[in-house]
Amino acid sequence: MSVRRILGVVIVGMVLAAVSTSGRMVPGMAEAAAAKPTVKIAFIGPLTGSNASLGLGGENSFKLALMQRNEDPQTKYRYEGVYLDDQCQPQAGVQAALKAGSDPDVIAAVAHYCSVVAIATVDTYHRLGLPAMVWGAVLPAVTYGNTYVEITRVNGTQIQQNATAARFDANTIHRKTFACLYDTTDYGRGHFQYFSEFAKKNGLQIVYSAGVAPDRQDFSAELARIKELHPQVVWFGGLSAEGARIRNQMAQIGLTALFQGTSGIKSEEYIKAAGPNAEGTLAFLEGAPIEQLPGGAAFLAAYRKAGFTNPPEAYGPFAYVAANLVVRAIEAVGPDRAKVADYLKHKIKNVPSIIGPVTFDDHGQNVLATVTPYVVQDGTWVPWGQSEYARGKRTLP
Amino acid sequence: MTGWDVLAQQLAGAAQLGVIYALIAVGFTLYFGVLNVIQFSHGDIVTVGAFAALTVAAATGFVPLVVVAAMALTGLVGVVFERAAVRPTRASPPLITLLATLAAGMAIREAIRLFYPLGSQVHRFPALFPPTPIHLGGVLLRASGLWIAGIGLGTIVATAVLVERTSLGRAIRATAQDREAAQMMGVDLSLVLDATFFIASALAAVAGILYGAYYNTVTFDMGIVAGVIGFSAAVVGGLGNVYGAVVGGFLFALLETLSAAFLPAGSENADVFAFVIVILFLVLRPTGILGEKATQRV
Repeated sequence: MSVRRILGVVIVGMVLAAVSTSGRMVPGMAEAAAAKPTVKIAFIGPLTGSNASLGLGGENSFKLALMQRNEDPQTKYRYEGVYLDDQCQPQAGVQAALKAGSDPDVIAAVAHYCSVVAIATVDTYHRLGLPAMVWGAVLPAVTYGNTYVEITRVNGTQIQQNATAARFDANTIHRKTFACLYDTTDYGRGHFQYFSEFAKKNGLQIVYSAGVAPDRQDFSAELARIKELHPQVVWFGGLSAEGARIRNQMAQIGLTALFQGTSGIKSEEYIKAAGPNAEGTLAFLEGAPIEQLPGGAAFLAAYRKAGFTNPPEAYGPFAYVAANLVVRAIEAVGPDRAKVADYLKHKIKNVPSIIGPVTFDDHGQNVLATVTPYVVQDGTWVPWGQSEYARGKRTLP
Repeated sequence: MTGWDVLAQQLAGAAQLGVIYALIAVGFTLYFGVLNVIQFSHGDIVTVGAFAALTVAAATGFVPLVVVAAMALTGLVGVVFERAAVRPTRASPPLITLLATLAAGMAIREAIRLFYPLGSQVHRFPALFPPTPIHLGGVLLRASGLWIAGIGLGTIVATAVLVERTSLGRAIRATAQDREAAQMMGVDLSLVLDATFFIASALAAVAGILYGAYYNTVTFDMGIVAGVIGFSAAVVGGLGNVYGAVVGGFLFALLETLSAAFLPAGSENADVFAFVIVILFLVLRPTGILGEKATQRV
């Protein structure tokens, strides 16, 4: 036998071995599976690309929810996750939505971190009649731009976030002048639109604004212009990777203004990438701090115990809650897409969860009452109220 | 800050970017000159270099060792890449080689994402060079910026010397001019191919390190944009011409920076302006600024 043939045989053997082990079941699992019918739920998020960290945090949290539900002997069904990657790109997102929607075994989807993807896929879910609960995208139009029964959203919107942010800037930390950078996707533009609206209402002044392509690496040109204008705050509407790059380049050219972002940069990833420059950065996230909510600490402990290598990130808890709500609907009305969609849209009122009670309004939007400001202190995101900055022990730039 | 200070600050940024783009562009030009292929995953080799440096830097803070080790490792990856993706497709139409490099690049990118610890996250790049501030009027430079420019330029000069003045360089140039004739003169083609990929990949490693030092962060997909820009710079300068690639790199950085700073809505469209120039070059002067002379390549 030639070397090539031997290699070929070895590879085929390895593939066969892998296939056979992956299909094998632990005895207990087989019995449980036989006892309960299986229902599939899709998880869709950015599992590759520069937002993969957020996507993996959501995926793990979703997995954890299904694991916990499957361990519960009371559930009527065994839940199986179908994991699809939207790459944070509309085209890939629509393909993933189509794939999930055209599989009749998939009863619902917990979908999308990126607003650009969520806004592109809502019509697909509606057309295929697949109930989809958004777990991370914050563009208001995802829920408020349609009346589809299939679409619900467990996290908040840019409107809520920026209303709080502008009020906080004016009344709590007393800043007046802002230079705004935002990525040129619907996400970044949306944030900028709402921030400037609320900034005006609160008497804040935007002295410079520029949109930047989301894959832009170098911001030194914009930052040098900003430095010349001496604003008190550099505000950024965009995601972690760009946010950290901007923060680092601010330090490089000696721009010492306060750096404030949106929920898009509230991630472990941002802190890691910005390193010591992250100190004193502000961001806003819907809901109360998870550690303070009933079940929040238990979620974090279970997440750690499950041995995921990636942190849950800011929106993991939302994916976890979304998975639980979908399971709740299926348990209540059975694995029927139309019934599940109707249940999710109309029956979720004041349901307790680790992000606080969930209530969907007429548009399927969770009416989260609170948005929490966070500040980076010693390498972690600390809720503003508990930070040394709020107590006057440290001062923001 | 006066208007001149702003301009000077912009130019300081553009100079550092330019040197990084130039290093990447030189790689593209070497591949094209010697093999007549466009190695479309050269950007991902830059990523490999950055992550190799990241790994070595975690073990030792001795900067020269970090740079040399990253260059050697990335050079070897380049040679393996050439033997796996380029050499087997050499007899096929160029399009096949191009697709093979594209696919291999994707494999590299995803391998870094999957197998590097927390590969999907943004990684902070260690401060290899001191960030000591240097004030020149209203302009703030950093010592690290001077290091970036210095190391980049030094590497480019060393590459030029290697190509122009050594016997290996002569073999590379001979192969670029006429492969069959060079072989008849006793040039070991296999060695030349390996050497070309090793050199270009080692240059990519330096680009990756400087990129990390400039932005303070590296990601597994940083090579996509870096590759496109490097390729465009090589085209603008004249694909196949080392000096052209250097000129193209600096020109591209300058265009990007100045359009972002001074054109209306330039920030949103900085890349658009820069790539429009590339298209203009392709249409009006397809051989680039310095143009590839028909008789002499590399």
